[in-house]
Amino acid sequence: MENLEQLATEAKAAISRAEDGPTLEQLRVDYLGKKGQFTALLKGLGKLSAEERPAAGAKINVVKQELQELIGSRKSSLEAAAVEAKLAAETIDVTLPGRGQTTGGIHPVTRTMERMEDFFTAIGFEVVEGPEIEDDYHNFGALNIPEHHPARAMHDTFYVDEHTVLRTHTSPVQVRVMESREPPLRIICPGRVYRCDSDLTHTPMFHQVEGLLVDEHSSFADLKGLIEDFLRVFFERDDLAVRFRPSYFPFTEPSAEVDIQCVNCGGDGCRVCSNTGWIEILGCGMVHPRVFEFSGIDPEKYSGFAFGMGVERLAMLRYGVNDLRLFFDNDLRFLEQF
Amino acid sequence: MKISEQWLREWVNPALTSEELAHQITMAGLEVDAIDPVAGAFSEVVVAKIISAQPHPDADKLRVCQVDAGSEIVQIVCGAPNAREGLVAPLAKVGAVLPGDFRIKPAKLRGVESSGMLCASKELGISEDNDGLMELAADAPIGADLREYLALDDKVIEIGLTPNRADCLGMTGIAREVGLLNALPVQPPTFDKVSATIEDVLAVELQAPDRCPRYLGRVIRGVDVSRPSPLWLQEKLRRSGIRSIDAVVDVTNYVLLELGQPMHAFDLDRLQGGIVVRTAQPGESLELLDGQTVELKPETLVIADHSGPLAIAGIMGGEASAVSENSRNILLEAAFFNPDMLSGKARSYGLHTESSHRFERGVDFELQEAAMERASQLLLDIVGGEAGPIAQAVSAENLPQRPAVRLRKDRIARMLGLELPDAEVERIFTGLGLGVSASDDGWVCSVPSWRFDMAIEADLLEELARVYGYNRLPATNIRAELVMPARSEAQLSIRPLRRHLAARGYREAITYSFVDPQLQRLFDPEISPVALSNPISSDMAVMRTSLLPGLVGAVLRNTNRQQPRTRLFETGLRFVPSEQGLLQVPTLAMVITGQRFGESWAVASQAADFFDLKGDVESVFALNRDPDGVQFSPGQSPALHPGQTANIIRRGETVGRLGALHPTAQAELDLAAPLFLCEIDLDAVLAGSVPSFAELSRFPGVRRDLAIVVDKSVAAADVVANVRATAGSYLRDLRLFDVYEGKGIDPKRKSLALGLTFRDHSRTLGEEDVNQAVNQVIDSLQKNFKAELRN
Repeated sequence: MENLEQLATEAKAAISRAEDGPTLEQLRVDYLGKKGQFTALLKGLGKLSAEERPAAGAKINVVKQELQELIGSRKSSLEAAAVEAKLAAETIDVTLPGRGQTTGGIHPVTRTMERMEDFFTAIGFEVVEGPEIEDDYHNFGALNIPEHHPARAMHDTFYVDEHTVLRTHTSPVQVRVMESREPPLRIICPGRVYRCDSDLTHTPMFHQVEGLLVDEHSSFADLKGLIEDFLRVFFERDDLAVRFRPSYFPFTEPSAEVDIQCVNCGGDGCRVCSNTGWIEILGCGMVHPRVFEFSGIDPEKYSGFAFGMGVERLAMLRYGVNDLRLFFDNDLRFLEQF
Repeated sequence: MKISEQWLREWVNPALTSEELAHQITMAGLEVDAIDPVAGAFSEVVVAKIISAQPHPDADKLRVCQVDAGSEIVQIVCGAPNAREGLVAPLAKVGAVLPGDFRIKPAKLRGVESSGMLCASKELGISEDNDGLMELAADAPIGADLREYLALDDKVIEIGLTPNRADCLGMTGIAREVGLLNALPVQPPTFDKVSATIEDVLAVELQAPDRCPRYLGRVIRGVDVSRPSPLWLQEKLRRSGIRSIDAVVDVTNYVLLELGQPMHAFDLDRLQGGIVVRTAQPGESLELLDGQTVELKPETLVIADHSGPLAIAGIMGGEASAVSENSRNILLEAAFFNPDMLSGKARSYGLHTESSHRFERGVDFELQEAAMERASQLLLDIVGGEAGPIAQAVSAENLPQRPAVRLRKDRIARMLGLELPDAEVERIFTGLGLGVSASDDGWVCSVPSWRFDMAIEADLLEELARVYGYNRLPATNIRAELVMPARSEAQLSIRPLRRHLAARGYREAITYSFVDPQLQRLFDPEISPVALSNPISSDMAVMRTSLLPGLVGAVLRNTNRQQPRTRLFETGLRFVPSEQGLLQVPTLAMVITGQRFGESWAVASQAADFFDLKGDVESVFALNRDPDGVQFSPGQSPALHPGQTANIIRRGETVGRLGALHPTAQAELDLAAPLFLCEIDLDAVLAGSVPSFAELSRFPGVRRDLAIVVDKSVAAADVVANVRATAGSYLRDLRLFDVYEGKGIDPKRKSLALGLTFRDHSRTLGEEDVNQAVNQVIDSLQKNFKAELRN
């Protein structure tokens, strides 16, 4: 049985030297397999006496058990190492940029217009659009802008012919809605408008969002509440100071212009607000009874209000854009900022 | 309208600072655009007189002046061209501080001592005039402090008036407002009427009484126009931005500012016979005061004498009959011209005057006599002379009518959301000059002759709101019945489309709707676009018939700024004249150029091509879930590459075009890389369908791949359509997964590889089912396309 000791030592050494699965498996076969050396030892027990046999058998089995466990644990650690090695080999630089198409974006005017639409549609306004080349009746006449009103002057309006213009505001859309539907009406009209003017602070095309509400009991107080709410949610400033000043538009009476506290300087006075602390932001008023009459709405039964604002102006204030002309230059360095 | 604050306070003087006053009237609808001091900040500047002016010994342009500063005689070296003996001018003494913190110290100019500085008005911040020394009146008190003498501690309030508030184009109106807002009485200047001391009257005939229903004339004889206007008058005019000319013109301008009545003075000795107010006759022309001679248009109202037109009524006088310093006898005019008849007339001559500005908006038609009296009194005081009686021609029936306006009490709450006590309503109306009488349900108000903007109830409501203060009015939330709006599921909204394109790397552009006709002609030579009568420039002269010219322009601007890669889209109308009239078509356009992907370690640099854009177009149409999809056929389009252009077809109709910019156009535009563009009717993209469920099969599919060889000219889409049509009802999916040309294939032919998947929903398909279908396909391909199966 000296053999057993020696064989065990030799086997243990071989197992711990094994560097991969197949070698280990071969060792298992060599020592513990059916034709393995320990199996042979067990078979050799028959030569021993019946008294000796049980003790010798037990001894061999202990060693065999030990080797079996040793092979198992060696196998696990080899497998773990292999996984480790595979993972190490597969390690990448996760800080490299990803692959694929870059993401584009929405024009700041559209972005602003969509936000504006959302605030109004959330309280039941409907978005309506209309033609940009308009007849002068819908652009002027139906809005109580008489023939010789300065707004009709050549220097403000693009003419296609004597009675056809590029709409100077989106109000003609409101007229078309009033002509074709019965109140109550709650609509906003976003879109391109055109004025024959081009300098640092004017582009010949710009965007407006106009709104109209017609109902049996709408009042100037409703108009004030709606506009104040809108300006505060738009600029996300609960404490934004808003003021209404009397003004004049042919299509509303009473008419108002609305100023907000300068969002750039908080009202202290700066370049953006020409040091007044206030920024003129929109025009509005109660729909003039004659405008109702033109569109066949009874001004005794219904009242309503309208408002209009320039989208670029709001976008400039919201995002701090300092040059109106950038909006139509389509410079990627500008567009990429939105 | 610019007015001096001091002047306003002579009429009504509320206990408010300048800023508070400006805020108050702004909030009442008279928007103050600016408040500026009438002079800069300076001290130690006195009225001084040049006693002598000698040439500087060592400098041609300088003079050495001895100057009487009141308390002392000082020597001043001065370079002003008008520094002359006897001139009275401002002197900044040694120790004076001028605007800009400029301190006056004793100095030597070219070796000659100078103890102070004679000043130009610009140096004192009084005007922009820097041509020479400010010339003061010869009788100005020598040694007096200039600020006190000219009353320069004053501000100019500049009011931007809305066109309805013509009543505030004179001090009377502004003072009325300020008085009402502060509940203070207004004190206009008092003066005595001028009694006639001579009999002279010039006859006035109103031949167009609808245009001019009232005309007053008064003869004044023996005036001396060489006498200057007094300082106070000149200063008031100056502070309102009106230059002093001579006493006669100054007085008419003063009355215009004070009362709001434009007036005119003729040289009586240049008139032939009486005054006729009539429309111009064909062929008449007139040399105006500004020197230009105009052909009078037939509808123009003129003031004429018996020999011809003297002035364009209410707009500008004529040169020939103008008062000059030699005039001895004058005719003063105060008239009322109907605003409706006058509006737009000045503009039609390219003119805009203080007078036309007021008449177009409406001058108080009962003001003429008072204005005539005021002007007469001022003129006699300044230039002397003797006045005749006022001759008045009036057509009462043509004067504006002022029907009474009713205000129902309940309308105040209904329209303004405000409860206003009756007494306050009446106080406001009375303060505005309305006659107020109570009625059953409210008030009936008579409207004063100076208000042209009060005809209906809403006008009265506005006045109440305005004077009460818009800012004090309540603000409420709107209330309405909540009705769920209808919304079509099939109709796609434009918003997800925009987001989709952004996600595919496109930036939204917004280009002008008017484009360069030449660039437009490149894309749509056969359409004659809508042209503007008054374009802003020649490269923005026509309305776009396509969005492509604008987008190409945007690409050009970016490539000129070294952008290597551009992907843009735009949505908007294009304007297409057609037999059915002008079509304003909502359109989507896209353009790409440069690299397929942004420069990256991860992908090799590849130039974008036709199929990049086509893939994006297909993805756009996929949004609308239309099972019929979108088709493409080879097409031709101006400015596009003849071999790389497709028509976009949906439901059998061409709805757009897609292609590469023609290489010639690309070269002309100086574009380095090819450009791919498409333009699609937006409605065709957005009109989709509601998804309809098809049952999922539990049975396995069978895939067969076919590789066929056909002529290069065969369109893949035709092959695919043919397969779809002949493969029978089990065909579930069809893919074109390879196209090959080159080695191993006849150079005139190409290989197409198709993957066909067959499946049935009720059973597993047998070999024979699939074979039968595939054989049908092969037969058809052989017959229709001379296709051969590839090994």
